[in-house]
Amino acid sequence: MVKTLLKSVRQYKKPSIITPIFMLIEAFCECLMPFLMSQMINEDALASSGAMSHILKYGLILVLLAGISLTSGALAGKFAAQASCGFATNLRHDLFYKVQKFSFANVDKFSTSSLVTRLTTDVTNVQMAYQMSLRIAIRVPLQFLFAIIMSFSINASLAWIFVVIVPILFGFLFSIVRVVMPFFRRIFKKYDALNNSVQENVGGIRVVKSFVREDYEKEKFNKAAEEVRNDFTRAEKIIALNSPIMTLFVNMAATVIAYLGSKAIIDSGTLSGAFVPTELSALITYGIQVLSACMMFSMVFVMMTMSVEAGRRISEVLKEEVDIVSPENGIKVVKDGSIRFENVNFKYSKEANKYALSDIDLEIEAGQTIGVLGGTGSSKTTLIQLIPRLYDATEGRVLVGGVDVKDYDLDVLRREVSVVLQKNVLFSGTIKENLRWGDENAKDEDLVRVCKLAQADEFIRSFPDGYDTYIEQGGTNVSGGQKQRLCIARALLRKPKILILDDSTSAVDMKTDALIRRAFEEEIPDTTKIIIAQRVASVEHADKIIILDGGKIVAFGNHAELLETSEIYREIYDAQTKSRSVEEKKGEKDHE
Amino acid sequence: MSETKTSQPTPQTPHSSQSNYRPMGRPMRGGRGMPVPKGAIKKGTFPRLIKMLFKHYKWYLVVALICIVINATVNLVSSVFLQSLIDDVIPAGVANGFESVAEKLLGMTLAMAGWYAVIVVASFAYNRIMAVVTQGMLCQLRKDMFAKMQSLPIKYFDTHAHGEIMSAYTNDTDTVRQLIGQSIPTLISSTFTLLFSVALMLWYSLWLSLIVAVATIVMSFIIKKIGGGSAKYMVERQRSLAVEEGFVEEMMKGQKVVKVFTYEDRAKVDFDKYNDKLYQDSVRANTYGNILGPILGNVGNFNYVILTIVGGLLLVSKLPNVGLSSIFQGIGVMEAGIIVAFLGMSKGFAQTVNQMSQQVSMIAMGLAGASRVFTVMDEEPEKDEGYVTLVNAKRNADGSLTETQERTGLWAWKHYHKSDDTTTYIELKGDIVMENVDFGYVPEKQVLTDVSLYAKPGQKIAFVGATGAGKTTITNLINRFYDIGDGKIRYDGININKIKKDDLRRSLGVVLQDVNLFTGTVMDNIRYGRLDASDAECIAAAKLSNAHDFISRLPNGYETVLTNNGSNLSQGQRQLLSIARAAVADPPVMILDEATSSIDTRTEALVTDGMDKLMQGRTVFVIAHRLSTVRNSDAIMVLDHGKIIERGTHEQLIEQGGVYYQLYTGAFELE
Repeated sequence: MVKTLLKSVRQYKKPSIITPIFMLIEAFCECLMPFLMSQMINEDALASSGAMSHILKYGLILVLLAGISLTSGALAGKFAAQASCGFATNLRHDLFYKVQKFSFANVDKFSTSSLVTRLTTDVTNVQMAYQMSLRIAIRVPLQFLFAIIMSFSINASLAWIFVVIVPILFGFLFSIVRVVMPFFRRIFKKYDALNNSVQENVGGIRVVKSFVREDYEKEKFNKAAEEVRNDFTRAEKIIALNSPIMTLFVNMAATVIAYLGSKAIIDSGTLSGAFVPTELSALITYGIQVLSACMMFSMVFVMMTMSVEAGRRISEVLKEEVDIVSPENGIKVVKDGSIRFENVNFKYSKEANKYALSDIDLEIEAGQTIGVLGGTGSSKTTLIQLIPRLYDATEGRVLVGGVDVKDYDLDVLRREVSVVLQKNVLFSGTIKENLRWGDENAKDEDLVRVCKLAQADEFIRSFPDGYDTYIEQGGTNVSGGQKQRLCIARALLRKPKILILDDSTSAVDMKTDALIRRAFEEEIPDTTKIIIAQRVASVEHADKIIILDGGKIVAFGNHAELLETSEIYREIYDAQTKSRSVEEKKGEKDHE
Repeated sequence: MSETKTSQPTPQTPHSSQSNYRPMGRPMRGGRGMPVPKGAIKKGTFPRLIKMLFKHYKWYLVVALICIVINATVNLVSSVFLQSLIDDVIPAGVANGFESVAEKLLGMTLAMAGWYAVIVVASFAYNRIMAVVTQGMLCQLRKDMFAKMQSLPIKYFDTHAHGEIMSAYTNDTDTVRQLIGQSIPTLISSTFTLLFSVALMLWYSLWLSLIVAVATIVMSFIIKKIGGGSAKYMVERQRSLAVEEGFVEEMMKGQKVVKVFTYEDRAKVDFDKYNDKLYQDSVRANTYGNILGPILGNVGNFNYVILTIVGGLLLVSKLPNVGLSSIFQGIGVMEAGIIVAFLGMSKGFAQTVNQMSQQVSMIAMGLAGASRVFTVMDEEPEKDEGYVTLVNAKRNADGSLTETQERTGLWAWKHYHKSDDTTTYIELKGDIVMENVDFGYVPEKQVLTDVSLYAKPGQKIAFVGATGAGKTTITNLINRFYDIGDGKIRYDGININKIKKDDLRRSLGVVLQDVNLFTGTVMDNIRYGRLDASDAECIAAAKLSNAHDFISRLPNGYETVLTNNGSNLSQGQRQLLSIARAAVADPPVMILDEATSSIDTRTEALVTDGMDKLMQGRTVFVIAHRLSTVRNSDAIMVLDHGKIIERGTHEQLIEQGGVYYQLYTGAFELE
């Protein structure tokens, strides 16, 4: 996992290496300073005649060290910022680019919100962990080491105290971490549940208020809130041990050193021996450095463990195998809009034991209009998704223009096979910008032309801003029928050889639906049109109609043939024409 | 971690400011009308927070404060201890032998250890107390906020982005946690440490204190410069992060469309633009954040060196040392122990200042978060001046009604008349009359004009019309999600403004177009309609609404747990559940918004049948999308731009050959 992630460091390798170097220099200076300071105010030296020069000499060295420390500290900060932000930027870049390569199957595997979380929160967490490891994780052991060395060089017999204390402290700190981590994992889950209940409440507020369930909801929420509180309080109570334990150890060490140190100096019988009083305070300073290094270490450890999950989720995306890739030197020209399915079987995953499509054999000529009918779960959408290679057939071949779809350059194939998806979306931006998804270089006249074809021109012009009307994210400010027509126009702009409408006129009224179909017949006769619909009326004039049931083609023919041969077709037809009988009656009246 | 997206920042593209035109007249659901912009701090937030804390945790906080003060003496006592060791005990011991000071040394050490023990206990107590207080306070905040939210009118939810409401519970309470649990205690403890340090420094030496004072001024200047920059760029970073997040979210949602249109390369170009901007901003913010620590730390070191030099000079020159201690001990000369102690103090001083500086941005963020939480709490709740209540009733021999406790299936409006101090009981029948109703979501734009209609008990009234004609709005008025501007609505002859909202809504059942299910079992979701319904009653309701069949086929039947708004069910199945939920409530009046989404013919037949059964014997208002529903209604209201332009039965309207006729024959969209 770490390896996968670190691949994204790239051009920020330099600052990533420089940062710890500067950190090292800073740590070195910081460690040297207490010792030099203690030397500077060494009473023995101060008492001598050369005291002034002694102070100035040490003062100069110290100022120099502080200067170096400041510069390297600041530089380390700057480079760390570059390295970590750069790393995060690259990670987001890699994630986004990777997702762009995803096939439909890959997209299905990760939910939208989980992908967004991975690209945002998770990357931020990894970024923080990375910066922390560059700055602190490398500095802390160094600080620890320097401080220990300095302590020993000052007074080896007293420095042993640290060697005794450190493992004990470590033991305490890590047991706290170990006890607390499972708590946090549980808290995160409960926290999610809490947020989920708020989200449900906000989303379903009309239901809540209609059924007068405010009190019930409050009770439910309070219970969840209390649960979070109880677990969180317990965890924080354990964490609350950290601070007193640190205080205890630091001061215990300081007191013992003060006592033994004083005794040692007194026993030596001189104030200017190998161990002088000012060194006593230096030793205590080092002691604090050593122990706080331990504390930092446990903090870094917690941070790292917390970001492990985030890192895992990111690398999961980065490592995801993309199952549909464009072949090298793929065919760049699609001859015509003919389609052939040869013994096609399909299932969504290898593990699935049921085929979503089986024994599909189909021949569609260029320019034909084909209707597709069938109940929910009859795999209508699945069938057409094989044509632009949104999924690959598990067995058998799909051919477009006489060539296996797998041999085409993917971009070319998808440009020539334009699909209006059932779950379609518009993006925030003007109508023009949305239409130009179909062809970014399209002229304004082209836009108007396709909008007229899709019967969208009229309503667009009724907006005050016309084609410059701003569409909100998800197209929430246009009606369902308007949205569908915009989506059709967008697909038409590609001038495809094959146009597929997946239940794309369900919210469009019948008359407009008919007008769209007529426009197709007249304006784009050479384009193969495949129309999935719920309404028989939308497909009854098609050249051929495919009836799907349980992933199999149960009937294939034109309207008249199917009325004769297909019971399912007749059933649907009868059910739907009953509700139209009035309309027809009225129509008859008009003729009279 | 969570699949629930909490915040949905809207990217502020230049377009959104250019054109705010919305073709549909619905109340807008977007974050533009947010009262407190991100980062702003409402006046009085801090005192209010403190007040809240004290209200719930007075004694905890008093104890915590004492503990914090004790804790803050750590630096002080160690410095004093060291100073007297170095200046008094050690020289005396060296001069007179260990025995002479042994007792004193041991006594001092033990006293020291004793005080440290007190500090450890204090630190332990204060950390634990803060854990309890912080979590308790957060829990309280959440509960208060949620309770408040439940009392808010629908308008609030219609005019605020859901992501924004969510973030008050997540991001904002999180920053408050930091504020209460960490920033404020650190600030208090630091303040005391500084106070003690200053006092002690002045005690030891005025000259050296002056140097520290200068250093403090320099540090404050640096904090202002760098800390200010850091805060500024942090805000910018948050903004670019939000913009990028908005873009990513939109692209991920539309990923399949991206594929279909081979838009990948263009999406990449756009993404890189946002990503680069985010890089620029975050490098700046992080750089400022990263360098503040080392710079302050080393200013502390400079200060240390200068102190040493000056102290050393004083020591060598044997110049008089003036300090507060001089008042008691007379003016003495500088001693090495004083310098050591002073240096220790000044180091602690610098560290404390550094610590405080790290809290600055945290506090700003915490207060901004608290502001937003308080904003929610300060929202105006739904007003209810109704006093007519709905009670169980039983019929007396003479045909009059009296109130009973048990559920009789017979309901009555209990109407108290103040004028003559009498109470009348009117049977709940479901007779609804609207007279000349005007309404607009915002004063500038009237959505309904002069709407009048009546529905006799048991009648079915259908609303048809184009998108935005005002169909949903009418139903919003009947259950008082919104209050009418002008005119009257009467329910069984009572002005609905006089009826208590809860009781009014209890008498109305609603099946909405967008189905909302809650996390829990299928049974729980049906029972949502009536909490005291037995399992048998729920199952009966499910059978009535044709939901029983598919429920029985679920892996755990009625005990199957639904999550994520029932995402494991099909659209049609969810619809059936929502019908069952309304059926178990069994209200005399129903408001139905038929679903438009395409469900296959067979499920649709089930839904239709279920709805038809639900409608039987009730007064029903239906926003119709299906011709069959419209056709067998008692009255059809054709709405256009907020006015009823045609009304009558199906046959009458077809005969009339007007707008309804055109709608019916498919010339218009029947949304």
